[in-house]
Amino acid sequence: MRFVNYLKGIVGVETYPLISLAIFVPLFILVLIWVFKLEKKTVEEMEHLPMNDGTDS
Amino acid sequence: MDFTLNRNADLHNSGGGVMEKFYYDNQTVKLFGYATLFWGVIGMLAGLWIALELVWPSLNFGFAPITFGRLRPVHTNAVVFAFVGNGIFMGVYYSLQRLCKARMFSDTLSKVHFWGWQLIIAAAAATLLMGFNTSKEYAELEWPIDVAITLVWVIFGVNLMGTILKRRERHLYVAIWFYIATWITVAMLHIVNSIEIPVSLFKSYSWYAGVQDALVQWWYGHNAVAFFLTTPYLGLMYYFLPKAAERPVYSYRLSIIHFWALIFIYIWAGPHHLLYTALPDWAQSLGTVFSVMLLAPSWGGMINGLFTLRGAWDKVRESAVLKFMVVAITAYGMATFEGPLLSLKNVNAISHYTDWTIAHVHVGALGWNGFLTFGVIYWLIPKMFRTKLYSEGLANTHFWIGTLGIVFYAVPLYWAGWTQSMMWKQFTPEGQLQYQFLETVNYIIPMYALRALGGLLFLTGVLIGIYNLVKTVKMGDFIANEPAEAMPLSVATANGHSGEHWHRWIERRPVQMLIGSLVVVAIGGLIELVPTFLVNSNVPTIASVKPYTPLELHGRDIYQREGCYLCHSQMIRPFRDEVARYGEYSKAGEFVYDHPFQWGSKRTGPDLARIGGKYPDSWHYNHMLEPSSMAPGSIMPTYPWLFDDEIDKSKTEGIIRAMQTLGVPYPEGYDQQANKELDEQAMHIVESLKKDKITTKKEKEIVALIAYLQRMGKDIKNASTSNP
Repeated sequence: MRFVNYLKGIVGVETYPLISLAIFVPLFILVLIWVFKLEKKTVEEMEHLPMNDGTDS
Repeated sequence: MDFTLNRNADLHNSGGGVMEKFYYDNQTVKLFGYATLFWGVIGMLAGLWIALELVWPSLNFGFAPITFGRLRPVHTNAVVFAFVGNGIFMGVYYSLQRLCKARMFSDTLSKVHFWGWQLIIAAAAATLLMGFNTSKEYAELEWPIDVAITLVWVIFGVNLMGTILKRRERHLYVAIWFYIATWITVAMLHIVNSIEIPVSLFKSYSWYAGVQDALVQWWYGHNAVAFFLTTPYLGLMYYFLPKAAERPVYSYRLSIIHFWALIFIYIWAGPHHLLYTALPDWAQSLGTVFSVMLLAPSWGGMINGLFTLRGAWDKVRESAVLKFMVVAITAYGMATFEGPLLSLKNVNAISHYTDWTIAHVHVGALGWNGFLTFGVIYWLIPKMFRTKLYSEGLANTHFWIGTLGIVFYAVPLYWAGWTQSMMWKQFTPEGQLQYQFLETVNYIIPMYALRALGGLLFLTGVLIGIYNLVKTVKMGDFIANEPAEAMPLSVATANGHSGEHWHRWIERRPVQMLIGSLVVVAIGGLIELVPTFLVNSNVPTIASVKPYTPLELHGRDIYQREGCYLCHSQMIRPFRDEVARYGEYSKAGEFVYDHPFQWGSKRTGPDLARIGGKYPDSWHYNHMLEPSSMAPGSIMPTYPWLFDDEIDKSKTEGIIRAMQTLGVPYPEGYDQQANKELDEQAMHIVESLKKDKITTKKEKEIVALIAYLQRMGKDIKNASTSNP
């Protein structure tokens, strides 16, 4: 008994991983592009957030 | 309900904008911190005890609640959800307020969250010791507690998102993204994996069966590691490491990539827990590919953490806080290197079911979670109490004993796992298995003893730490409400840059981001899960596989209650040695009536998938009463209560009807005659025992357990009518 036989019964099951790749890869590339295009000033502002919490200490 | 936004908030002019004065809530942070330490000790004590039981099985004293199978879920649940859980909340409640420049959304919700979570933990510990156990690892709690967890988690979510929405800071620091992803993903995992049908107040059956149940469970199990033990702690790392080192994170850009890559990939890797099982090949391969890909973001994160300390290593030499954090981050790197390695099929073939896995998770739990927690607490407590740590020397002692503890814990178990696996697979030149299972167990018992020593060392360090912190608290002056000032968001935004980017758009909109994260993890989860659910034709796949009899169902309940699945698998992989040792390899179709599945994940004892019919009833009777009488040298505990306690026949009807609801094909009205059949089958077993000069009553629990054990794997043994 092989499980694969039953999976073949699902219409278009082989496209499932493809759909996911089609969604994830472009999104991830967009994130990468955005990250590398970020202004240095913005990055510095953001990375200093933990230091600046409005208290004296 | 008290939705006080800003206690004593008032406005005053400061320079050009209008500054708002407000107060951070330290009280809740302190409570979560204390709870972290308290439950940490309880969880580790339970762990130490079960580690000792593997060396001296008689340490259960014949008493059910402290027997390995009941205490082990207490250990895992306490460490994961009580120790690390409270640690997460401690860190989140502290850092979130400061990163948002706002008090928590509601003091009432904070209180309900704190006390609700502690009540859940107490209820969890009590019910697990009493044997109420769904037998799904790290999700063992029964349905009323599952419901309570959902409610408290929602309260946490409202408090979290409410704070983010009323923040005074334009940007969402990367730690907050980790918190949001954690919240939404844990909610989804918990709900999907906990779908079960209640039979009584503390008994339910998983909605899923066999292969599907296994897939859902390990999709949950894996992602619980990812989204409970990893992402929230990464958020803490990105906040507390810069705070303690007094410098920003090495690369903020890298931290953003770290975040997105992790949540994209993590959710996919679950099936690597089921390699070589009856799970479809493509799902196994998908799990492997994504697991290997995980290495990149994980190491990116580790490097980001360690490089934050570049040029500041002199500080590490002096500060116990930073020492703890450095080892934590290194342990994160080790565990995330090993994870992808273990998900390669050829490595997994050796590591799975052995102590290698236990060593791996403890590098994560003791090193990454444990040490990061202590680093954060050693930094937080003096800060909130406006004082210095009572003794830096004691903190360093804790650090060194703890590190030694991790080494003593992990190294022997790596050794044990590898050795035992090699022994399992060893054949003589004549083609016979070289070692009996028990020989391989006895060989590694010294390693178990060393591991217990490692645990003892780690716990000793924790106790020293608690002493140090108690002294610190006594010296200090607690600031329950810490004053702060910031400009409201509307004023701050007005000074924003032009040329908005889409990511900044998301970044400023936590609700959209919450939905976005859910979509991302849900797609990953669904594409992995949906095909298996659609395969409803897997029910009639093996004609000879029949539903369990009523007596066997009761036996199965006992099997779950006593946590047998923690030491015995029911899944024979298609390897030469496993087939030679245990019998024909397991098929997906054999488990279609298994609500829940009992494949297990560790073989401290042998696989039981085909135990049925292997020994006479009397063997099982004697073995459960005194395991070493049948298997000299066995480290299985004794189960004397099974010989006194009686089967609860009043539950039979409900159990059968629940199974019918779940699609198990018992005939109409079968619930009414189930107890009659139960008696008949029990009588057969009593008579067979009598032939071996054993007298027992048919009502005793041991009879039901024997019925279940003798059934296991027999459906295929008896018939050769299975499909090709």
